[in-house]
Amino acid sequence: MSERYDLLIVGAGPAGLAAALAAADSGLAIALIDDNPAPGGQIWRDGPGVRLPARARRQREALARHANITLLSGTRVVACADDRRLLVEDADSGRLIGYRKLLLCTGARELLLPFPGWTLPGVTGAGGLQALIKGGLPVRGERVVIAGSGPLLLASAATAQKAGAQVLRVAEQASHAAVAGFAARLLQWPGKAVQALGLHQPGYRCNARVVAALGSERLEAVLIQRGGRREELPCERLACGFGLVPNTQLGEALGCEVRAGALAVDDLQRTRLAEVFAAGECTGFGGSELSLVEGAIAGHAAVGQTARAEALLPERARWRRFARQLARSFALDPALKDLPRPDTLVCRCEDVPYSALAGHDGWVGAKLASRCGMGACQGRVCGAVAGYLFGWTPTRPRLPLSPARVDTLLCLEETALPSATGEPVE
Amino acid sequence: MIDLTLDGRPVRVAAGSTVAAALAIGGDGTSRTAVGGARRAPLCGMGICQECRVTVDGVRRLACQTLCAPGMQVETRP
Repeated sequence: MSERYDLLIVGAGPAGLAAALAAADSGLAIALIDDNPAPGGQIWRDGPGVRLPARARRQREALARHANITLLSGTRVVACADDRRLLVEDADSGRLIGYRKLLLCTGARELLLPFPGWTLPGVTGAGGLQALIKGGLPVRGERVVIAGSGPLLLASAATAQKAGAQVLRVAEQASHAAVAGFAARLLQWPGKAVQALGLHQPGYRCNARVVAALGSERLEAVLIQRGGRREELPCERLACGFGLVPNTQLGEALGCEVRAGALAVDDLQRTRLAEVFAAGECTGFGGSELSLVEGAIAGHAAVGQTARAEALLPERARWRRFARQLARSFALDPALKDLPRPDTLVCRCEDVPYSALAGHDGWVGAKLASRCGMGACQGRVCGAVAGYLFGWTPTRPRLPLSPARVDTLLCLEETALPSATGEPVE
Repeated sequence: MIDLTLDGRPVRVAAGSTVAAALAIGGDGTSRTAVGGARRAPLCGMGICQECRVTVDGVRRLACQTLCAPGMQVETRP
């Protein structure tokens, strides 16, 4: 009865897909689990508003050809249990899935920073808007402002435009010098240079940041500051993203080490737990090319194909250089910390304003006094915000890792909950 | 095309559309009422922020990660 795989991969984005395909010819039983309706992660998200790139289509076709790979879409990891098992939930039910080796490809989420009006309907993440459009959100004829930092802003603008929206402004907080330097160095990565040219935007402005989203019931206009000048842009949508935050929750709950906000791995993508590997943006962001090669290394290593994993190390080193360049060029301006006003909500789940947090000296104290981070997202949004605004380190995640049905939690009835204390699962 | 119901009103969406898309096509795009009474809409689009949680056929689901299905009953208000 019990469902168990030789290799269980959590996350079917570029890293997870590459890992499954790399490990496939071992003939071992592999499962790929993802909470989205289809594989591809964020960059290759499928939907009515998408034409998938050739590489993504090839990956999906290859996946279907391997009978030893089981794809579990629409399935979310709720908790880790004893005996190398994860508690998962899909639309119908919960169950335990066992593994011999576990590979975490849990990706990254956007850093969403608070500013007055950011809770108004019409305001989304930058990658968030992209994902929603791919899922069929109609934006034809709408005026869109995009703000924040990093190349994702341009990708989001391109998606919105292709869907018929009018992109009024792309406000990048980094300086012109930083962005120009990054663009010049893109020539070292030819594929990336082509992508960047394709994303050229007349409304792109550096050294510009969102000051406020204006509106009563929903977004009506956006206030952008650039140097000493402010412009008010009437619009229907504002998409804001300030970079990426690695999704480390499951790894932390298992007992993996976190270093500089990401899951720590060695050369072969192994965590400090012998049976757990990690790859892609949960180990630090760097784009889909880095995720693909890290995933392939982890996939080979997890099934004992060490030589094939090691052969990919030079390619990974190349994309890691790109990742470092990216992080340097789009470092966040500390002035962004001044965006929230005292009454600006920081925790959107529990409606906790900035003023309720500002006086505290750490995450735990602030949380106990204000309920910040105690709502449905369990601090995934406001914990990252508090990390940026106040330098607080959120505590280790508690189980369940996401809201789940009682019937699902009852599957744990006969198992111990080893990581409730944060101890590694053995 | 798929026909479903949003807060009691009929909505028609393209096959493969998420419930988050249906909220905008058939309503004002909002998904829930916050603790302080304000309406909220999908934010992260990728199953993290929980702002898009709605009731689908009596069960709490994330609109951004749920595909529309024929006859689905989606509710955004308590």
